[in-house]
Amino acid sequence: MAGSHHISRRDFIKVATASVGGVIGAVLGIPAILYLVDPALKAGGRDAWVPLGPVENFEIGKPTLVTFVRTKINGWEKTSNSYGVFVVRKSENEFLVLSNRCTHLSCRVNWNEEKQEYICPCHDAAFSLEGEVLGGPPPRPLDRYEGETLKVEEGVLSIHFTEG
Amino acid sequence: MLKKLWNSLYAWLDERLGLNDLYKATLDRPEPKGNWWNTLGSASLFLFVLQGLTGIFLTVYYTPSPDHAYDSIQYIMTGVAYGWLIRGIHHWGASLMVMVVFIHMIRVFVTASYKYPRELTWLIGVGLLLLTLGMGFTGYLLPWNQKAYWATTVGTAIAGSVPWLGEFILKALRGGPDLSALTLSRFFSAHIWILPAMLAALIGVHIFLIIKHGESAFPDKED
Repeated sequence: MAGSHHISRRDFIKVATASVGGVIGAVLGIPAILYLVDPALKAGGRDAWVPLGPVENFEIGKPTLVTFVRTKINGWEKTSNSYGVFVVRKSENEFLVLSNRCTHLSCRVNWNEEKQEYICPCHDAAFSLEGEVLGGPPPRPLDRYEGETLKVEEGVLSIHFTEG
Repeated sequence: MLKKLWNSLYAWLDERLGLNDLYKATLDRPEPKGNWWNTLGSASLFLFVLQGLTGIFLTVYYTPSPDHAYDSIQYIMTGVAYGWLIRGIHHWGASLMVMVVFIHMIRVFVTASYKYPRELTWLIGVGLLLLTLGMGFTGYLLPWNQKAYWATTVGTAIAGSVPWLGEFILKALRGGPDLSALTLSRFFSAHIWILPAMLAALIGVHIFLIIKHGESAFPDKED
């Protein structure tokens, strides 16, 4: 049979077993991997305009903490997360909104009136009135909302908030 | 070059692990003349592995608590990529496994393969059949829907009708007098830990015995 296209019965069985096994493995294996990593493939971070209140609530030069709650469905369970932002009114018509989440390890920072700094209770990080790092471990300034992500409409200040 | 490297690596491993002997004993052993009915044991083993794998994947999202069991399965079916496939295979594979194991038993009975020296293989096989049914019974409750709830109510009540010991058995199965979170939790534990561990151990002995004795030849006119 040398030179012909015939393959032996034994080799045929080997090839057939390997191919059928490969197909079964792929049909089960690829969906299984997608099933496992599915949460990482889902589009996260819904965004929305969140109203923070009428502008007259905010005193010029003094940061005001505003908290709000967003509900989210994780799998089959609804959870509520609360968020906080500091509204800094720089002048009559100029606002800056800072997240109160420390950029080091996500603890919540507090405004210290005496020092005129935001202090993180976890590792003593300090941020200036406008969120710049003054000391401690944070790698970057506080997350900020200004320009495109901030608006005043009918006297109400809103931020364009994206869930992390 | 690569081939040579592979051959020397394989020879090194074979010398220490006995790969060739293992291959001969498991896959290249002499077989008596048989037919497709002789493949049902391998089919059962394949289904056991398939059920094990899909079951492990299901536990990634399934939550064995009355508050979450039903919703988590709804989520697997509609919210997770290929969740319907994984659960579908597990669901249909379960019924198929009971059928295949049962037909495997019938085949062994009809060909009289349970006789000397294979009595223990048969007895362990009976244990495997019962454990497979136990897997079906415990798995049936886990979706925590109406069908599951009432099937388990009835099933455990039947177990509770045993004279004298009935009440004890019923409470032990349900984790109390009624179906509750305790029932779901212990059925889950039995379904993913206790019964599979026993199944795996007995399958090991079953296969060892088959390799040791070889498969039985079909009886002929003389027998």
